[in-house]
Amino acid sequence: MNSGLSPHGFRAPYDTSRRGFLITMIGAGVMLGYARSGLAAVESLTKETKAPLSPNELFEPTIWYGIDTNGVVTVNIIRAEMGQHVGTALARIVADELEADWSKVKTLIVDSDPKWGLMITGGSWSVWQSFSVLSRSGAAGRIALIEEGAKLLGVSPKACTARNGAVHAGERSILYGDIVARGDLRRGYTNEELEKIPIKTRADRRFIGRDTAQALDIPSKVNGSGRYGLDAAIDGMIYARPKIPPTRYDSKVIAIDDSAARRIPGYIKSLALDDPSGTNPGWVMVYADTFTAANKATDFVKVKWESGPSAKVSERNLQQRAAELIADPKGGALLVDDPGVDAAFASAKRKIERTYTTATAMHFALEPINALAFEKNGVFEIHTGNQWQSAILPILAKALGRSQDKIVMRSYLLGGAFGRRLDGDYAVGAALAAKAVGRPVKMVCTRADDMRFDCPRSATTQVVRLAWGDNNRIAAMDHHAAAGWPTATVAPYFQGKDAKGNLYDPFAIQGADHWYTVGLQRVRALNNELADRTFRPGYLRSVSAGWTNWAVESFMDEVAHEEGIDSVKFRLSLLDATGRNAGSTPNSIGGAHRQAAVLSRCAQKAGWGSAMQKDVGLGIASTFGQERGMPTWVACAARVRVNRTNGYVTVEKMNIVIDCGTVIHPDSAEAQVEGAALWGLSLALHEGTEFVNGQPKDTNLDSYRVLRMGDAPEIDVEFLPSTETPVGLGEPAMTPIAPAIGNAIFAATGARVRHLPIRSQAVLQALARES
Amino acid sequence: MTTFDLNGRTVSARSPDDTPLLWVIRDELRLTGTKFGCGIGFCGACTVHVEGRATRSCITPVGAVAGARITTIEGLDPQGKHPLQIAWLELQVPQCGYCQSGQIMQAATLLKDFPNPTDQDINAVMAGSVCRCMTYVRIRKAIKLAAVKMQGGAHE
Repeated sequence: MNSGLSPHGFRAPYDTSRRGFLITMIGAGVMLGYARSGLAAVESLTKETKAPLSPNELFEPTIWYGIDTNGVVTVNIIRAEMGQHVGTALARIVADELEADWSKVKTLIVDSDPKWGLMITGGSWSVWQSFSVLSRSGAAGRIALIEEGAKLLGVSPKACTARNGAVHAGERSILYGDIVARGDLRRGYTNEELEKIPIKTRADRRFIGRDTAQALDIPSKVNGSGRYGLDAAIDGMIYARPKIPPTRYDSKVIAIDDSAARRIPGYIKSLALDDPSGTNPGWVMVYADTFTAANKATDFVKVKWESGPSAKVSERNLQQRAAELIADPKGGALLVDDPGVDAAFASAKRKIERTYTTATAMHFALEPINALAFEKNGVFEIHTGNQWQSAILPILAKALGRSQDKIVMRSYLLGGAFGRRLDGDYAVGAALAAKAVGRPVKMVCTRADDMRFDCPRSATTQVVRLAWGDNNRIAAMDHHAAAGWPTATVAPYFQGKDAKGNLYDPFAIQGADHWYTVGLQRVRALNNELADRTFRPGYLRSVSAGWTNWAVESFMDEVAHEEGIDSVKFRLSLLDATGRNAGSTPNSIGGAHRQAAVLSRCAQKAGWGSAMQKDVGLGIASTFGQERGMPTWVACAARVRVNRTNGYVTVEKMNIVIDCGTVIHPDSAEAQVEGAALWGLSLALHEGTEFVNGQPKDTNLDSYRVLRMGDAPEIDVEFLPSTETPVGLGEPAMTPIAPAIGNAIFAATGARVRHLPIRSQAVLQALARES
Repeated sequence: MTTFDLNGRTVSARSPDDTPLLWVIRDELRLTGTKFGCGIGFCGACTVHVEGRATRSCITPVGAVAGARITTIEGLDPQGKHPLQIAWLELQVPQCGYCQSGQIMQAATLLKDFPNPTDQDINAVMAGSVCRCMTYVRIRKAIKLAAVKMQGGAHE
């Protein structure tokens, strides 16, 4: 499977404006796409025969797919398959324009060849990023096949149509595979030509927007044959389990005593790893013939570490530091900075200020972190599920002391990711473990290792203020958010810059830059550097939008209550789509009016305003998903029951209305919304831990509570019909859930909670404050 | 050396008696459909059948199953067409899929004990099986669909 590693062409430096970068990347993909090459794709089709196919055996109009002489279309997938069935969604986009026979469509998850450009699966970007290039690639292939098919049929291309994997002219037809075998499909397209290729209108689509086919990855997931990273194996490999140091960065190995471990049959040795990349300092790797032996031996190996100040950091320290940063008017980056905000507050007739916090939250992807690493033919191979190969390859190069063209990452199914596998730090540990012993090493973390080594969602603190001016008009809103910044650690070049040139992590503030018209506005992002030193802040499903909206949407409810206005009416009055909230084509066309639409529909469906039983309340929240550049408009109404005696909150029903533009596959789309909404519920009521002495306190399910079967309420999902640009779907439905629940608790009892997760104790305290 | 029946085949494992059955099945006998999640029996990803009962293989020493009949996801149905597997496909249940072997194995014994499970039965029996993608809504529907299929007498 390996041979075609291209000369290293990792694109750098990155455009600091992510959107600009993505557009550049897509353009580059198209350009590459029409130069006919691409060994990896060829190899994928010829597992049995090693030699690359000639043009008469494979038609490969772009790097994104190929068609062989049997008519089998193999779509190359550069994204991670982690539950969103992304391969199927992307293949469907190609197949629709190509007029392919779906029963002959396959997907291939490719390795980290630089020719693919940026490899990242996150931000719910995959469909949005790939839709245009894959559609036009499919269309280009169809046009070429019609031209050559027409020649072979002896008719004019105009007399031909393509459908279901064949070119038809009246009664006669020729299969794509036969055209590949007999025609001359050598074609070149310039970027401009490709851009001009029209794509279908909604009415002509055969796959997109319809439940025409099941996900290609699902059959292997019901019979046990799916191969995950944990299932990767190679002859001669040994196992290793890391001994995770007491702190993430500032622990040094002083001594290793493995005398007790030597009694374990199969134990090989323990080594302190030297990590020139500084990714995982202080790691000791314990090697054995089997995982069980490595696992057991690790518990017997005694390591003495010398740790720095982060060994004393607690959750409280993290939150205190966040509050200090916010209290200082200097510092941070201003994402929105209208002049006159301070003056508006100084002259305000009335003001309101609230503080919202969230606890450290863990990924707990069910497949614990693992990787298989070895060197073969001068290339270091790392076999593991990963979401961001492009970010970790340069780090691996530094760690291993070799150039990136001598490293390849091979992908597997991901046993859950949720952002955990955007940080490839575990690949570094496995690679160094293999390098240190000069043989293949399979590194497997136990659950507790995985949790202690997680890159959690940082604890956060937010202060939100609003000022009223004359005539009871809203004059200004001010939002400050302090958190650990994942991007500052994992990919500093991916950060944004404010107007004054201050760097910020967009994924630690997005969501605060909402679409409500609130007069003068300021949004300030602050880096909790104590968090960054204590752990690696991680991206966790929907990232900042999972907690900034906790503040924005709880606050909107509180302000409406303060004003004595119905909270839906209040929000609608601010969603007027004026000024910066007007939206722009193509991604946010319609602007805040689309948020108003999902909100109204959701309120209507949930029976907003109808009478509720005692201690039952309906709460609502709406958001724009994750980022203003690609808003997915979503609203949730949650009906909850509060037990006043024990503070227990039961979510009885969630109504969700969503507008994500064009829906590629309605059934998969609904699955993503259900899953994201329940994630939101799990984080709202159950999931949270705290740092104690520089480590997360909860390391397994005995104390880390996650949502289980009986906790899942009835969910009603509705997609508003749309033909706009398809945007993201894997995460947005998470974002309104927690505030909807918090607002529902208030509606049920009059008690306001301002911390996530909402524990029974906090509800009882809020109830006590109320009475 | 522990001998037992795995998916209808007699196998002998060299692993020491205290090795968790999970790792014997996965690493020694190379059936990787059974997954490792928490290692303490709290997530259900490692669920197999021991003498027809759902069992957490990550906390079951291989020595304890000597002579027993073990079934994994690979052996639930010779063609992979147990009514649960068919229902799982029909309703497109899995997302990442990592927990689904365990979910299906747990559900198979649920349906043996409760051929017409209520929501409460499902909540109680499936409570030990975590799905991080939160496919619970569809798991519930698929169990009910499989129950209907099995009432039709297609499967034992």
